[in-house]
Amino acid sequence: MEKIIELKNVTKKFGGITALKKASLYVEQGEVVGLIGDNGAGKSTLIKTLVGVYGPDEGEIIIRGKKVLNWTALKARESGIETVFQDRALCPQQSIVWNIFMGKELTYPFGFVKEKEQINEANRLIREIGFTSKLIDAESPVGNLSGGERQGVAIARAIYNNAELIILDEPTNALSLNETQKVFEFVNNVKKSNRSVLFIGHNIYHVYDISDRFVILDRGEVVHQLDKNDISTPEELMKIMRDTIKKH
Amino acid sequence: MDKEKSILGNIFHKNGRALGSMGYFILLMLVFLIGAPEAWMRPNLHQSVFVMLPTLIFLVIPLVFLVASGEIDLSFASTYAVAAYVFAIMVKVGIDPAIAILAGILTGAIIGALVGALIVVFRLSSLVASLGVLFLLRGVILLLTESRSITIMEVDTHWTYSVLVGNFYGFPMQIFWAALFVIYCYYLFSKHVFGIHIHHVGDNSVSAEQMGINVKAVKIKAFMFVGIGAAIGGIFTTLITYTFFPTQGFGYLLLALAAVFVGGTPYWGGLGTIVGAVFGVGIIAYMEIGIIAIGWSGTWRQFFNGLIILLALLGHRLHGERVR
Repeated sequence: MEKIIELKNVTKKFGGITALKKASLYVEQGEVVGLIGDNGAGKSTLIKTLVGVYGPDEGEIIIRGKKVLNWTALKARESGIETVFQDRALCPQQSIVWNIFMGKELTYPFGFVKEKEQINEANRLIREIGFTSKLIDAESPVGNLSGGERQGVAIARAIYNNAELIILDEPTNALSLNETQKVFEFVNNVKKSNRSVLFIGHNIYHVYDISDRFVILDRGEVVHQLDKNDISTPEELMKIMRDTIKKH
Repeated sequence: MDKEKSILGNIFHKNGRALGSMGYFILLMLVFLIGAPEAWMRPNLHQSVFVMLPTLIFLVIPLVFLVASGEIDLSFASTYAVAAYVFAIMVKVGIDPAIAILAGILTGAIIGALVGALIVVFRLSSLVASLGVLFLLRGVILLLTESRSITIMEVDTHWTYSVLVGNFYGFPMQIFWAALFVIYCYYLFSKHVFGIHIHHVGDNSVSAEQMGINVKAVKIKAFMFVGIGAAIGGIFTTLITYTFFPTQGFGYLLLALAAVFVGGTPYWGGLGTIVGAVFGVGIIAYMEIGIIAIGWSGTWRQFFNGLIILLALLGHRLHGERVR
């Protein structure tokens, strides 16, 4: 299987603190990778480096076999990588449609926006995901939405561009059971269409259910990797995670 | 019925700030009309407003972009004079006024870009840093001109004069250009990628950055736009009065900022209204002249300016809390 993205020995420091220490990670076509680790293990830093929000201090980023330089958030999106950030990365005072197309607006020549087309697409997407109530339309501000609905907007943005890899950072945080179920359905649909997901969470049960492969991160280092076939229960995964972290 | 209500509600929600400013403007007009109907009907009163109004438009509309992006600039009041100085001195040495105008606007753009870069790259407070630039540039102007004015009567016969600030069957041309500028900016602000990114950056710059928007570039462009607007304002005023004077623009500093906020653009970023700002400019410009027109002493002017700013702020507060 082709590796869509690969990080090799990436180090990232903030002042005197080393957030990532020679971390390596890859995601193949059509697989769901679960990235697990305690709070403060560096999961979010790893994601933000992966998608170009942070520049790595050392190490390589390889996209479909090609090493990339000056990796930025825009370049990541242009190479088919979309991210649903932990904080949802939304602008609450702006409309749903502006949020869905944020940074990737549909435009005519000279940069004027195709308003009608964007609104139609946004309405279609929010219905498709089914996160938002019927009363809400694409022109309402995101600030009026509930947590689950906001997550729906963030996911709508990620799927609009037919991304090859969708990264979900703690996507089930603060969601109801019903909403969590919808996130799982969404991940399964992405997988069925032979695209990939990188799923970050600290709820082992959520990660276990959905992933094909697990990567364990501790204090900025990738300490263990294993296939779902190697284990049979989430408890087993939990035990392995605890043991490797203890040893590390 | 409910559906109708929600459509009306939606229109009010989207345009509430602009509608609020419009309400204040109409109210002010009524006060003056009832207070001094005779003075109000005299065309030369409105003509004097028409000198001030376009200049304020060129200053205020770009400031709406900048404030919506989450920054503020005070240096525009000096950029105004620097650009006008470059224009006047070039005309004085015999360069074609059309080229001098372009050079003046370019000067404004460069100053804006430098101020923006200074603030964005070194992460300075835009309020304090632009205050520094405001004094610095004014100082440079006073030193260069030795506090002397420059008169440029020679532009009177040049085509740029009649096209830009001439009289077209009694209609001052600067009003036409200001209106064109407003229309262009309206589309730029709400229907162009630049304006939309301004909203995102001012609303939540972290989110904007995560979505691949170049936050620094957007902010620097907004500062540049303010510089360009200030330059156009300064050049127009210099053309209208045939005179560059070294303290030029200073009086507009607080008036322009007042117009932005009275116009309904909140200080916290992410929101703004071009239409509202036009009414804000109308309120400020008529206030300046109207007080005297209704026969009150000019000493009341500042008092009423203050009053209307506070009333407008209270009004906009009633309209909407900030959503997070």
